[in-house]
Amino acid sequence: MYNFVRKTKDTISEAWVKFVLMLIFLLPLVILASLLNKSWMVIQTSGIGDLLFSSVWRPMAGQFGFKPFIISSVYVTVLGLIITAPVCLLSAIYLTYYGSKRMTAFMQPIIDILAGIPSVIYGVWGVLIIVPFTGRFLAPLFGYESTGFSILSGGLVLAVMLIPFILNILIEIFRTVPHEQMEASLSLGASKWESIKHVAVRRSLPGIVSAFALGLSRAFGETIAVLMVVGNVVGIPRSPFDTGYPLPALIANNYGEMLSIPMFDSALMFAALVLLMVVVCFNLMSRYVIIFMEKRQ
Amino acid sequence: MRKLLKTLEERFFFVLMAGSTAFLALLLLMIITIIVYKGLPSLTWEMVSQTPKGGYYFGREGGLLNAIIGSLYLASGAVALSLSISLPLALAMNVYFRNRKKLVNGIRFILDLLWGIPSIVYGAFGFTIMIYLGIRASLLAGIITVSIFILPIMVRAMDEVMKNVPLSLLESAFSLGSTRREVAFKVVTRQCFPGIITAVLLAFGRGIGDVAAVLFTTGYTDNIPTSLMDQTATLPLAVFFQLGSPIPEVQNRAYAAALILTVIILAISVATRLLSRKFHKTSIK
Repeated sequence: MYNFVRKTKDTISEAWVKFVLMLIFLLPLVILASLLNKSWMVIQTSGIGDLLFSSVWRPMAGQFGFKPFIISSVYVTVLGLIITAPVCLLSAIYLTYYGSKRMTAFMQPIIDILAGIPSVIYGVWGVLIIVPFTGRFLAPLFGYESTGFSILSGGLVLAVMLIPFILNILIEIFRTVPHEQMEASLSLGASKWESIKHVAVRRSLPGIVSAFALGLSRAFGETIAVLMVVGNVVGIPRSPFDTGYPLPALIANNYGEMLSIPMFDSALMFAALVLLMVVVCFNLMSRYVIIFMEKRQ
Repeated sequence: MRKLLKTLEERFFFVLMAGSTAFLALLLLMIITIIVYKGLPSLTWEMVSQTPKGGYYFGREGGLLNAIIGSLYLASGAVALSLSISLPLALAMNVYFRNRKKLVNGIRFILDLLWGIPSIVYGAFGFTIMIYLGIRASLLAGIITVSIFILPIMVRAMDEVMKNVPLSLLESAFSLGSTRREVAFKVVTRQCFPGIITAVLLAFGRGIGDVAAVLFTTGYTDNIPTSLMDQTATLPLAVFFQLGSPIPEVQNRAYAAALILTVIILAISVATRLLSRKFHKTSIK
């Protein structure tokens, strides 16, 4: 009897495990299918080319050109990555090769907490610090006029949010560089910095690139913090001090109105689909790079 | 001369590296300081003990209790729902199908993919299933959306720990005649308990702090939800909405809400550290 109960429990739990396994394989497909299904209407009427490359945005007239939003998104994201990349790389090298054990033990919780802070808090911080900083200090410095709600503010806030994300990946990557290789370089008379530059960084270059690619895709979808500081005015930004309107902000800002117009609803789902595709592409790319790296070893 | 340049280069980069690391610590300090500095003056007992009264959004009395309770309900519900899927999945990868490397790697890839999907996309997806199922914006819809959104975070965190369970531990349990369920849920789960706690708290923190996933799905209300079908206010949304108000008193309350949220997140972070240290003693080395 006891064995029968055990066997039954085993069968039931195995069935549940298999069901869950199936679920996880289906989930990406279901997400993709539901977004595609919803956005099909707008794709049918406007065509993908027009949606992506037209800059006429008149939802009430049924004209949906996503170009201004896509350009804003790319602008903010790339700016954020450019600002954050050197900080992440330098800190990652410092924490792996120079920092003492106590130093690392001190910094790890700080990185963890930075990673855990909700994006809305970064947004509040951006509104309080970054926006006045760009508006009153940076913009006049470069001879522009700006309220501070700008692409650059979005980039700066994103840069800060990306730090813990990219830094953690980079530290992991540098840890995979074998000690022997570093030691071989040191024993040949290279200084520590030279060994890092020519051995560690060169060896992990694909990994570094894929870490930045993952950061890029994360930044591309970041919604609320960016929305709070970029200004949200439709138009193609001309300079970093212009206002912008990235894709995620567009979706978030219009969630109330979209229900009344089916085509608008469909267009916003198309925007979500674009975000999804960008993330999938970057993930596949960085996956490929990592597999390539493992093969080379 | 060349040697001097080399030393100079090394010194230069050393200063840069140490500087950027110190900058990280400074950044955290700066963020927390400004949130506390702005939020503390408006954080009264009223804020955490009352729901919004009439005229609250014009700066009259009331508090944020609806959002605090709503956020806790939402995050707890989502974590509970997500746990019932993520724990078996992590166990599937590390006990049930441990030998099928291709399958496990496939799952890891899908998890990476899901992990990278922005929460706004989950929000849009949650919205479409909500309409498909015919339910309105409600606590339930929010819980479902957030649980999907935190699923990959949880599984990855658990997988990270379960990967390191030695094969010999599984083998000795099997050799004593245990079924797979017993090995999975009694041995591995207990051995990885600290990791599971960490995963749960991590996911809880993510769930409580996210706006984009709940923006479409939970709605917003001044009341504390009494059933799963009620609309629910959440803290991040309270911050977001009130900061957009032109009235200074309401804006100040946004800062207070931001402070409450930050305190919750910091408390979770501290709890994670303490708990995982405490439970580490019980696992077999």
